[in-house]
Amino acid sequence: MPGNPNNTRTIKIDMMARVEGEGALNVTVKDGQVQDVQLRIFEPPRFFEAFLQGRHVNEVPDIVARICGICPVAYQMSAVHALEAIFGVEIPPAIRDLRRLLYCGEWIESHVLHIYMLQAPDFFGFASGLDMARVHPDLVKQGLRLKKAGNQLISLLGGRSVHPVSVKIGGFSQVPTKNQLHALTDELRWARDAAVKTLQWVSGFAFEDPEQDCTFLSLRGPSEYPMNTGSLITNKGHHLNASEFEDHFHEEQVPYSTALHCSFQGKSYLTGPLARLALNHDQLSPLTKEIFAETEFPLPFKRASMGIVARSVEVLYALDEALRIIEGYEQPASPSVPVIIKAGTGVAATEAPRGVLYHRFSVNEDGTIQLAKIVPPTSQNQRRIEDDLRNMLPGLLHLSDEETASKCERHIRSYDPCISCATHFLKFTREEVS
Amino acid sequence: MVETQFSPYRKQPRVAVVKFASCDGCQLSILNLEDDLLALGAAIDIAYFPEASSNMQEGPYDIAFVEGSITCPEDLPRILELRQQTTTLITIGACATSGGIQALRNWSDIEAFKQAVYPNPEYIQSLSTSTAISEHVSVDYELWGCPIDKRQLLRVLTDLLQGVSPRIPTHNVCIDCKRQGHVCVIVSQGLPCLGPVTRTGCGAICPSMGRDCYGCFGPAEHVSVQPPGVPPNMTSLAQQFHQHLQLIPVEMVRRFRGINGSVQSFSKESDAWESK
Ligand code: SF4
Ligand code: SF4
Repeated sequence: MPGNPNNTRTIKIDMMARVEGEGALNVTVKDGQVQDVQLRIFEPPRFFEAFLQGRHVNEVPDIVARICGICPVAYQMSAVHALEAIFGVEIPPAIRDLRRLLYCGEWIESHVLHIYMLQAPDFFGFASGLDMARVHPDLVKQGLRLKKAGNQLISLLGGRSVHPVSVKIGGFSQVPTKNQLHALTDELRWARDAAVKTLQWVSGFAFEDPEQDCTFLSLRGPSEYPMNTGSLITNKGHHLNASEFEDHFHEEQVPYSTALHCSFQGKSYLTGPLARLALNHDQLSPLTKEIFAETEFPLPFKRASMGIVARSVEVLYALDEALRIIEGYEQPASPSVPVIIKAGTGVAATEAPRGVLYHRFSVNEDGTIQLAKIVPPTSQNQRRIEDDLRNMLPGLLHLSDEETASKCERHIRSYDPCISCATHFLKFTREEVS
Repeated sequence: MVETQFSPYRKQPRVAVVKFASCDGCQLSILNLEDDLLALGAAIDIAYFPEASSNMQEGPYDIAFVEGSITCPEDLPRILELRQQTTTLITIGACATSGGIQALRNWSDIEAFKQAVYPNPEYIQSLSTSTAISEHVSVDYELWGCPIDKRQLLRVLTDLLQGVSPRIPTHNVCIDCKRQGHVCVIVSQGLPCLGPVTRTGCGAICPSMGRDCYGCFGPAEHVSVQPPGVPPNMTSLAQQFHQHLQLIPVEMVRRFRGINGSVQSFSKESDAWESK
């Protein structure tokens, strides 16, 4: 307890709220020093990589979507790109654009959920977005309508917003007409204005957590802000292809968690909106750059709590980008291109709302999956979150256990961890199977 | 709108949303009720919904929505306790209602899975099966779907709030598809669509997107029962896939062993084809 430094103190959060999935935190303090920080993930494993074996490649987009209800599109995208790499499929520009549009929808719904319903309540001391709505109904209504705009995009392209059904290897089962897409324009314009207001609103929040210096990892493409494609870069000068991912990023198991921890050259690193923005802000749209410049925040953001600003920037960008794609859209003659299935191994990384999502598949002659490996953003960030808490905790120890725990919980939440995702993947190499 | 004027509850009913092994997609579908969420929040007391609120209150609860399947030893006391605390328990989604996609483990050697997936399998506590909530406690209503249809959920809740017993339709996707006037994907594209045997609820999303239904709302009622001598619909459809669409036995197994593969009418079919 405070004032009694010769004690061992354990600070616990048994069940974190307002995060996706189930996790807990254990902190041990001895003689006033932080000894151990464990972000415990007890979400049960669902063994996706194991039961993907033997399934047909055409079933993969429907299966991997179920890893995460918040970012199913990301799983579908990384999967089809990895499989298309094996089959040598060239995706025509119109279908490429539609995939990007679908991804925009997912960034919008996922980010806005986190901004309005999960993280913002912390800045005002509310227990939930619904509680916040009792005091600020118009604000929360704006957030919900903005989130809905993202869901409408996914539903139009994918049939529904959670686990959309149209994505397949080679393209889509069906693509929208020009008119169907144009019918969304008014709502997306409204949403873009609302996104400007959102960014201005969150920029006024108080960001008080200590600054941290860490390795940022994101994709980077030749011209566009990264979603579906790009190579892997860091703020420390690394430049890698997705095919080199497993040479540099290592997963290990820790006894207290059903998720594997990832490290880069032995150290923790961060992927997700903070990293993407730091490494790719030059590729934002002119409007996004202009509104962001008004906030006068220097880049890179060094505080995890500022994730809410980074997500708001990306929501604005995704809406601007969606409107740009819709405006230039010409319906392709065919919703997909022919695919010739063959044996081989392929990898892909795309930018899920929470960061780099890596997939590797090996496919048998008959089109069944021989091996699947999936590395989601949260297992990459988990170690970074622990390191960050370790840095931050000494400044909190004068508080009561309860207050310390609540500050830690809030800090973890600002990372937008997706615990459901983190647990379903695991190290899975052919050598271990045999 | 959420009407409450005939509510049987004396005050706002206390509602819990509880998670077991799942992807969170069904809970997200609740939060995706964007237009009605605030009205809903006013009509009920959200006593326990960790994904949305840090205010986690103890039971008893008037209504509990349960997402996810039972997959590890710690789940068992939790679900029993929740049942004791809850007046009306409703499963939401394929995971909770049938064991979900993770029930594909039920056909595998779970120890091999763990070893394939974790370097130190001894740290992992996991049951060898993923099972539906109804295999452990009694369930009052079941909402199928992967994910659930959010309008169906709202409907059930509104019925309960009005003191009406919810009626969840049980006919097949095929009927909705015909009503909406889509072109049949079996006939036009030769796709092995499960719409004829799959429960309604989604609004025939897959055929409306030009593809085959893969059964995410579970089996429609009556597809596995027929008068003596007549094969159930499920079996007849499988025969059609085999004879006319030339699906080979392994493809038949995969077709019926999907998101709701553990439900008996589906598993009977997949197991039968596996032994061929
Ligand atoms: S039923 Fe489907 S959408 Fe719902 S929690 Fe399970 S996997 Fe997710
Ligand atoms: S058509 Fe079938 S697979 Fe598609 S959403 Fe509906 S029930 Fe699910």
